[in-house]
Amino acid sequence: MFGVKNGERLNLLASMYYRYRKLIRAIQIYLILAGPGILVMVADNDAGGITTYVATGARYHYDLIWFLILLGPIAYFVQEMTVRLGAVTKHGHAEAIFSAFGWFWGWFSFLDLALVNWLTLITEFIGMTTAAAIFGIPPALTVAIVILIMAFMVIQGRYWTWEKIALFFAAINLIYIPLAIYSQPRWDVVLKTGIIPHFPGGFTGTLFFFLMANIGTTIAPWMVFFQQSAVVDKGIKEKDISFGKLDTFIGSMFTVIVAVFIIIATHTLLPDVTDVQSAAQAAQQIMEQHSRLAGALLAIGLFDAGLLGAICISLSSSWAFGEVFGWAHSLNNKIREAPWFYGAYFFALITAGIVVLIPGAPLVLITLFVQVVAVTLLPAALVFLILLLNNDEIMGKYKNTLLQNIISWGTVILIIILSTLYGISVLFPGLFGV
Amino acid sequence: MKSVIGQIKKMAGKIGFFRQVKEINAKYAKPKIKMTPMVKYALLLLRIYLIVLVLLLGYKFFTMIKGGVI
Repeated sequence: MFGVKNGERLNLLASMYYRYRKLIRAIQIYLILAGPGILVMVADNDAGGITTYVATGARYHYDLIWFLILLGPIAYFVQEMTVRLGAVTKHGHAEAIFSAFGWFWGWFSFLDLALVNWLTLITEFIGMTTAAAIFGIPPALTVAIVILIMAFMVIQGRYWTWEKIALFFAAINLIYIPLAIYSQPRWDVVLKTGIIPHFPGGFTGTLFFFLMANIGTTIAPWMVFFQQSAVVDKGIKEKDISFGKLDTFIGSMFTVIVAVFIIIATHTLLPDVTDVQSAAQAAQQIMEQHSRLAGALLAIGLFDAGLLGAICISLSSSWAFGEVFGWAHSLNNKIREAPWFYGAYFFALITAGIVVLIPGAPLVLITLFVQVVAVTLLPAALVFLILLLNNDEIMGKYKNTLLQNIISWGTVILIIILSTLYGISVLFPGLFGV
Repeated sequence: MKSVIGQIKKMAGKIGFFRQVKEINAKYAKPKIKMTPMVKYALLLLRIYLIVLVLLLGYKFFTMIKGGVI
């Protein structure tokens, strides 16, 4: 009897040890495969995104936190499709569109992507230069430093090195968490006003504009192209899809957490300010009215967000260039092995940086124009994504299930409607009573 | 003007840009995706969406010119 019990105990211990080893092994595999999902999601909180969250926090205090939490699953459901598509087809999104829908839609998506990415890159440089200016760094020096950092990242000729450096910058994006804690908000008020869904002050035109702006920053066209290409470049296979999904899920949580903490920090530090034009302006105000450290943290976060956005956006363009023209287009290639790929990367980067330095350049107009151009590409990119994910021949057993289709079509239609209305509201201010 | 365009084409031809574009167009001449009703309707809706958006952009541009903004 005693022997049997001992045997059971041993069996139990062996089973627990086996499970422990399995878990450790799964974590090890995840750590190897993690990257594209976290990067794309954290980079989603780019310079424009930070400004949107700061403006939302100033205008609506903690009241729209619930809405930002809802944006996490929306981003996840779109981006996880790129993981499956990239892992199964081994093609980036640009190449997949050319191949499946022909040259017309291919060129349309590719040229639109190149334009919107370049314009977005300019907005990232605007964010970075204004953030660095708070510390007295001149814009020309900021642009030069950024280009040098980004050159250093790719010059190694290894995807792994590039990704680890990018993940380091992604980790800095979490600076908003200590910033919010440092601002000492009343957490009971945050929870009471932020978690329960409601429309503060009723469903007004201004509120609608803010909701649209927040959803507009959640999914950008470059994200779809970037993650699919990154999945291909990293060599993620069908069997790794579950890890890719987990990576995307963790990333979507990060993006929500950062957005929520920015809102908390902004309202707590600037309780009397309701109208903020940019995150840099908010950082300056915090420095003057509250504390230098808090303002500096916001500015560092803004610079990092712009840098991370620039890193991912410039690569999404050059990957697309390489895919379409058939050039070598991997970060595992050295510069001499893939000169056109790196040429496109540096060309976009340097020209965008120069635009910011041109005296009197229409930077505000460019910032607004980005939203408008983005809505010409986003619906196409998302619809192509779902159509490809529903194709038996391409996806096989990884095609969308009925439930996935209901969720993805619902999500995509919602994004298309709201981002389009946002783009139109930028074109015609006052249309929604703002 | 024609000679300038000609020169550009000649230069571009030398680096094979137009030849490359032609090759890409030939390679992707026929869409590989099966044209199911869902695909057809989605592409049709996308075309309509883009036409409406371009018309709106054109209208905005026209009003800006008319208003002396540009």
